Amino acid sequence: MSIRTVEMALSTPGLDAEGRPVQVPLGVGGRDTAESRIPGHYDEDFGAEHMLVNIGPQHPATHGVLRLVLELEGETVKRCIPHIGYLHSGFEKLGEYRQYNQIIPLTDRTDYLSPMANNVCLALAAEKLMGIEITERCRVLRVIACEMSRIISHLVWLGTTGIDLGAFTPFLWSFQERERIYNLQEAWTGARLTTSLTRVGGMMADIPDGFEAGLREFTRTFPNTLREVDTMFTRNAIWCGRTQGVGVLTAAEAINYSLSGPMLRASAVDYDVRKDRPYLGYETYDFDVAIGEHGDIYDRYRIRLEEMFQANRILEQALDRLAALKGAPLNVDDPRLILPPKRRAMSDMEAMIYHFKQVMEGIKPPVGEAYMGIENPKGELGYYFVSDGSAKPVRWRIRPPAFINLASLPKMCEGALLSDVIAINASVDIVMGEVDR
Amino acid sequence: MTVSALREAFGSAIVRHAVICGDTIVWVSRDRIHDALAWLQATPDQDYNYLTDITAVEYRDTERPLEIVWQLRSLARKVDLRVKVALDKRAPLEVPTCWDLWKGADWLEREVYDMFGVTFTGHPDLRRILMWETYAEGYPLRKDFPLRGHFSRAEQTRQALAANPEANYSLEELSIAEAYHELPKEMRERLRHGERGFLK
Repeated sequence: MSIRTVEMALSTPGLDAEGRPVQVPLGVGGRDTAESRIPGHYDEDFGAEHMLVNIGPQHPATHGVLRLVLELEGETVKRCIPHIGYLHSGFEKLGEYRQYNQIIPLTDRTDYLSPMANNVCLALAAEKLMGIEITERCRVLRVIACEMSRIISHLVWLGTTGIDLGAFTPFLWSFQERERIYNLQEAWTGARLTTSLTRVGGMMADIPDGFEAGLREFTRTFPNTLREVDTMFTRNAIWCGRTQGVGVLTAAEAINYSLSGPMLRASAVDYDVRKDRPYLGYETYDFDVAIGEHGDIYDRYRIRLEEMFQANRILEQALDRLAALKGAPLNVDDPRLILPPKRRAMSDMEAMIYHFKQVMEGIKPPVGEAYMGIENPKGELGYYFVSDGSAKPVRWRIRPPAFINLASLPKMCEGALLSDVIAINASVDIVMGEVDR
Repeated sequence: MTVSALREAFGSAIVRHAVICGDTIVWVSRDRIHDALAWLQATPDQDYNYLTDITAVEYRDTERPLEIVWQLRSLARKVDLRVKVALDKRAPLEVPTCWDLWKGADWLEREVYDMFGVTFTGHPDLRRILMWETYAEGYPLRKDFPLRGHFSRAEQTRQALAANPEANYSLEELSIAEAYHELPKEMRERLRHGERGFLK
């Protein structure tokens, strides 16, 4: 059958003897030669040869400086070889030269879509190492910081993934909502991205006036936007067609690849650090963990969407608790950990000495090591500190959820179509600052 | 419970154990580490089916051995275990891979190799991952590696400018496309030397 005949057949499908439309096989046509009539023969133009396609590192659909080298047979991916490291900044090495509180600004820059949650994890890891019990009000504020981060991170994911798959409007909605959280975050920390919110034993700053009212207003109206997104996406034929059954990982594979967060839960593994190894009193909040069924992109979308609803619920409960804790202390009452107020440091001898010792010597944890994992928007973020008793850690290890989740990309892309690679890569929810560190 | 079971199964291969900050840590001898990890994964009572992390720790005391750390977790039992192997720095830094047990170990082991120079024997694709393949300054997270690198800033700039952007594909990737033989002769030469020839 010549190419021309195929075109004719496609434009006029016709019916077969039983009245069904005639199906024309694509891709095996090619030129009509003696060879092409041999069964199993593929014309060279139609993919007997494997092709090498490079995507990135400067490509908007790779969500950062990720480079993928794809081996293609026709449009099918035979192999996917990711190259990372273009954003490597040596954070772990830098951390060995810094005191514990000085590491907090580095954590802003790893997963820069949820900086506040990273700050919280670092403070928790240092506090575990030093055996510090933080105040109830601090716990509630940290929960608020974590859940605000979860919402903004998932909103970026939702918007950019929508764009990757050809839906532009939800991108605008999600970035509008994200802007409202960013304004609150800016009012609280003074920064939109480099928040550096926590300190070992407490917080850098208390919430400003009007913050609670602003967050209440957000939690009241935010579900409306989510429901609109739900209307747009969840039963959208194009969205379902692009995401259902694509990039599937079974539960056993997800565990074997050490996935975490929404990626793990989409594959029907019921594991959420907030429920299974609770920190910050998460066990006392009333929220549900969404579990997927098929392990495909669609389930990952559903889980992230549901997590935003649940984060909103947690925020509402945390705001109630915050109102009840009005006037309670924020930081631990230990002058060796928490800097005295500037006014006292300049007028009170004892406060000045503590200030001097903290700034010059830093906080010294005991000899030991501690691993603290929290449920970040991307998955389980873990900080592992090894201390030799000095003010700077011997080793600061980041367990990067995006890096470990991304390692499953070659597996998921095997046998997928080229256009699916974009969707699969988007569904992992990577942030290259954390992948490369 | 895990520690005593481990001691029963592996005897003197379990060097010591400790509980620090509420985390259980077990030191295993290098010869039996793969068996111990496989046992922990496969034994129903233990069921450490999830590999949280692999990393390495080098201490500031240069006499102390370098430690490889496996963070294991049992998702069903909700318990963690940290397994360590101490490697004498005077001997070659080698441990067996656990890629055959957990596929998630692939990139984690590559990272430890990249940052510490520890060879995971049996790993199918042990290449640098965060640093580029031609990186010649050594292993960044080792304590003898200065914060700004071994080379001077001028040398680092010179090498960055001299890098050949055409050499971006690895030889393996070029062999996929069968493009290697179509390249100019001079470029083939460079690639065959791996374009990583300078200053090892």
